Amino acid sequence: MMKHRRRMFRGLRQPFRTGVLVLVWGWLLALVLVPNLLVIAASFLTRDPGTFISLPVTLENYRSLMDPLYLEVFLHSLYMASVTTLVCLLIGYPFAWALSRVGKERQLLLIFLLIVPFWTNSLVRTYALKLLMATNGLINNGLMALGVIDEPMRMLYTEGAVIVGLVYLLLPFMILPLYSVFDDLRQELLLASHDLGAGRFSTFIHVVVPLTLPGILAGVMLVLLPAMGLFFVPDILGGSRNLLVGNVIKNQFLDARDWPFGAAAAILLTLAMALLLFTHRLSQRRLGEGGDL
Amino acid sequence: MTQKTLLSLRNLGKSFSGKNVLDSLDLDIGDGEFITLLGPSGCGKTTLLRLLAGFEIPDSGNIELAGSDITHLPPEQRPLNTVFQNYALFPHMSVYDNVAYGLKMEKRPKEEIRQRVDDVLAMVQLGDFAGRKPHQLSGGQQQRVAIARAVIKRPKLLLLDEPLSALDFKLRRTMQIELKRLQRELGITFVFVTHDQEEALSMSDRVVVLMNGQIQQKGTPREIYERPANLFTARFVGETNLFPGTLEQVGDQQITVNVSGYRRSMPCPRFPVSNGQSVHVLLRPEDIRVLEPDADHGFPGKVVERNYKGSTLDSVIHLEDGTEVLASEFFDEEDPTFDYQLGEPVRVSWVDGWEWLLPKEPDAVDETQAADV
Repeated sequence: MMKHRRRMFRGLRQPFRTGVLVLVWGWLLALVLVPNLLVIAASFLTRDPGTFISLPVTLENYRSLMDPLYLEVFLHSLYMASVTTLVCLLIGYPFAWALSRVGKERQLLLIFLLIVPFWTNSLVRTYALKLLMATNGLINNGLMALGVIDEPMRMLYTEGAVIVGLVYLLLPFMILPLYSVFDDLRQELLLASHDLGAGRFSTFIHVVVPLTLPGILAGVMLVLLPAMGLFFVPDILGGSRNLLVGNVIKNQFLDARDWPFGAAAAILLTLAMALLLFTHRLSQRRLGEGGDL
Repeated sequence: MTQKTLLSLRNLGKSFSGKNVLDSLDLDIGDGEFITLLGPSGCGKTTLLRLLAGFEIPDSGNIELAGSDITHLPPEQRPLNTVFQNYALFPHMSVYDNVAYGLKMEKRPKEEIRQRVDDVLAMVQLGDFAGRKPHQLSGGQQQRVAIARAVIKRPKLLLLDEPLSALDFKLRRTMQIELKRLQRELGITFVFVTHDQEEALSMSDRVVVLMNGQIQQKGTPREIYERPANLFTARFVGETNLFPGTLEQVGDQQITVNVSGYRRSMPCPRFPVSNGQSVHVLLRPEDIRVLEPDADHGFPGKVVERNYKGSTLDSVIHLEDGTEVLASEFFDEEDPTFDYQLGEPVRVSWVDGWEWLLPKEPDAVDETQAADV
């Protein structure tokens, strides 16, 4: 009887299911796969002032990328993204922990406040940061008015400004996956650890960190990878020396008009990210063997 | 109490947001005792356990374990361990690492840890499961790991928070017997929390009945069942028939109780009595005797339900004044026709001397009486 009914429901669901699948796959094919294939193709072509790209097929673009200058940009970019990730983790971890421990109502409010900034374009929010940090911006004027400093500090167009901007934009992406693992972390496990003789520090190292590791890794992925590409943050806050890989790519497309070279840089960045994601998955799978609660 | 006292609680009080959960509680627990805290949910038994474990700090009073005050000691410094209700096994660690955790925190030598983990896993019959993760085990096996993990440090006191409530009926029975065996073998004092009165009666040396943060009664399972200190205990532990009665002819040794016109004489109860006083006559279903309708005594009524239980025949009898009486009688080998028809008229009486009297007022609990029963 039950089996029969279930089969009937599946029959009714079939058209809906097919429709959804076609929509999703169509979307992915048209807007993800095809553009990516175009970029891959462009990266093997030659620059043309009139049509942007033309034959012949070449590996020249990739060879130019091996220039130590670009390696330096990549490493500096990785460095800034790593610092950003670390700062996000140091702020986000205790925040997410506290968030999972407050009452349900306050929790909703805090998550809401975390999400509100998403409603404003991130470009606009970055300009707002610029206004705050400018030489005669809000912070400098405020501190001078209070007599804390005598002359304006230089904040804008520094590496620090870029990192502040990146942290500001990416922090929620660190907090949300961490919040989800802390929310699943059973308080009883911490009590059990104390009960068996572990102090706060031991409990943190042996129980809290291992059990929140999936959230840490997810947060790191969600911050580190975008941090390499958010070109408009250095554009607005960073001046000419604090470039991200994203800036190089954007400059090739929009300023230098060298599409094939920009495409090759984009492909390399994508490959680097894919490698990171792959390592992440491997470690996830190993944790997953015993990690489910 | 013959044993020496291991744990003593004095004037222990705890309230949460103004609500008293434990109210100036006094209790002594002997060394090697299996003691059960029994009560409905919200009675304060779990709070008491958390105070003992150190997860909560009492508002008043103190806790003394083996002569030293542990009231404000953090949990990791208390020489006791806990078996949690849902086991609280570390999901990212193997069975071996879970069990070894306590010893690792003590920074014991590796070789000693290995030896002791092997021993304790053998004791709970999980020697072959050391490499598994908790989620690869059945509920009963997880339960054993939780117990192994908690006893490996040889605590003076083991706290068990409804440890069997997640298991199915049959497994529960097996684990009850196994827990008793472990307790005997290890010689550890067990404080066991449950809301299941049958479990409490069958496992414990002593039962402490809790209600509204106060001890209603403490005593052996037999005392609790046969001589409940008040109506709450009587109703909470086991099935109960209660008859309102009035005292007549109060003597030095004997009194006569009038239960709706039916007079029985019985020994004086433990509380002070006077002529005309209202009392409750408490009768367990197995105290009841069902007689032929033409018997010369007993309340007339008729059988409204009969349940064949294998070794007993349980019946519900509707008395003429509307009260329902539960009766549980053993089958009589001599009388193969022993059975009832539904609606059959009978008379209900009880075995002389098996009744238990309680004073009428159900709300006021006599503390002194509750304490020395």
